[in-house]
Amino acid sequence: MSIALVILVAVFVVAIGLALLARRGHDMSLEQWSVGGRGFGSIFVFLLMAGEIYTTFTFLGGSGWAYGKGAPAFYILCYGAIAYSLSYFLLPVIWRYAQPRRLVSQADFFIAKYDSRPLGVLVALVGVASLVPYLTLQLKGLGIIVSEASYGSISPTVAGWVGTITLVAYVVVSGVRGSAWTAALKDVMILAIVVVIGVYLPMHFYGGYGPMFRAIEHAKPDFLTLPRAGMSPTWFISTVLLTACGFYMWPQYFSSVYTARAEDVFRKNAVMLPLYQLVILFVFFAGFAALLVVPGLTGSDADLSLLRMSKHAFGPASVGIIGGAGLLTALVPGSVILIAAATIIAQNVYRAVVPAASDRSVANVARALVPVIALLSLTMALRGGQAIVVLLLMGYNLVTQLFPALLLSLPERPLVSSTAAFAGILAGELTVAWATITGASIATLAPSAPQFLKDLNVGIVALAMNVVVLAAVALVTRRPATVASVQDAISVS
Amino acid sequence: MSDATARRGFRPYHLLAAIPAVCLLGGIPFANRAEPYVLGLPFLLFWIVAWVVATSAVMGVIWLLDRRGDHDGTRR
Repeated sequence: MSIALVILVAVFVVAIGLALLARRGHDMSLEQWSVGGRGFGSIFVFLLMAGEIYTTFTFLGGSGWAYGKGAPAFYILCYGAIAYSLSYFLLPVIWRYAQPRRLVSQADFFIAKYDSRPLGVLVALVGVASLVPYLTLQLKGLGIIVSEASYGSISPTVAGWVGTITLVAYVVVSGVRGSAWTAALKDVMILAIVVVIGVYLPMHFYGGYGPMFRAIEHAKPDFLTLPRAGMSPTWFISTVLLTACGFYMWPQYFSSVYTARAEDVFRKNAVMLPLYQLVILFVFFAGFAALLVVPGLTGSDADLSLLRMSKHAFGPASVGIIGGAGLLTALVPGSVILIAAATIIAQNVYRAVVPAASDRSVANVARALVPVIALLSLTMALRGGQAIVVLLLMGYNLVTQLFPALLLSLPERPLVSSTAAFAGILAGELTVAWATITGASIATLAPSAPQFLKDLNVGIVALAMNVVVLAAVALVTRRPATVASVQDAISVS
Repeated sequence: MSDATARRGFRPYHLLAAIPAVCLLGGIPFANRAEPYVLGLPFLLFWIVAWVVATSAVMGVIWLLDRRGDHDGTRR
């Protein structure tokens, strides 16, 4: 067993210890397990929301895309900033509505607002379908980290299984409180490590950022700018808009809104989080530094670049610490995702089918679903050869379709009928599914279209379809008169 | 929730929040170049970083203005 692996195991044991500590003094009802009893102050909510910034996605995927694609990776730095400024206005409104009604899941919000259970089931299914690729990428990251830290003695497949079992054990034990506590450990560790390697690697191997970028530009001209076709400025802008709109549509971030104690928490966070995410810059630096030092990683193997580079530059003990931080970046978001997905199915699908179910049995169903969802994602992780960023974009295409219906529901009375919201979401999802399965894009549908249209992110096309259908149905259906009847029924006592 | 009514409403200065987003994205086609380097960064990356920092600053100003508005009203 390499020293790197020993450190990895130690980090995991500390994480489990924190999770056990965190649950002390709290009985694990569904409300405690999934929204922490709604008692989180600024710092915990901050950490849960900043979870998006430091997931495996940025740690391995961000460096991997900087290594493999260059400038298109910069989109990762943009969408958070825009989503956070949106959150300043959006989240307090959601919180104010959810808080007195004791909502637990994202679908609860749609059910209450639109007074429609079928809509709740659709939103729940969309949420879970989007979460699967997101969880898949965390597991893929876990597999990469464990396998790289073992210096090849553990295969990625075995590592994937170990990682999944670890994650399931962690989630069942801790609930969201454990995630918030571990998130604190994770953020401190990753912040220190990313800054150190993001500063050290370019200095050590190139003598500074300027020289590093010049060397890259010399070796690969145009790598540091967006190409004219493909991942062009149009792709970039449409992808940033899509992901910024989708950011808070993720069920786990949506319900992390419910964990807050007061609404000012969100406003403070909206000011701080854009700066906090600048750390991604250092992740890019690590990926760029790797480009000329450990060349030759192609396709989804680019996701290995940060760890390969660390192995090249540091001893096994440092690789263990970096891997340990990476482990937490997969564990914390992975656990939050699993909790969200399990809660949604139990609360909004199981309860819809079995209305007489007791709170206790809903909570038990939620826990029982954890290994099922984890296994499904593991299967995808072991099978697919997709890069981490591609998996996330797939999830975003799906989840962003909830945005128009959410936005229109925010006034005291929703501006459109539940039928219109339902039809819009469905049309958007069908477009995404169709484009994903057939590989269609504007370029294949209309080869003669101008280049800037061809490069639009297909998720934006689906979003447009969504809005058109929504508007058309809204014109012929009446919007709900009042919102009352379903609300009392869905609240968890 | 006595403070909520005071903060709920739209204020014209909330529109400031759109500036960084519009400049960041709207500028991409023009900022899509490596030269000149600023602070060691290729220009495109510098452009993005600058507007991310500006986002934080602008949101900070809005937050301060909102707080001041609340103090004039009934906050806490």
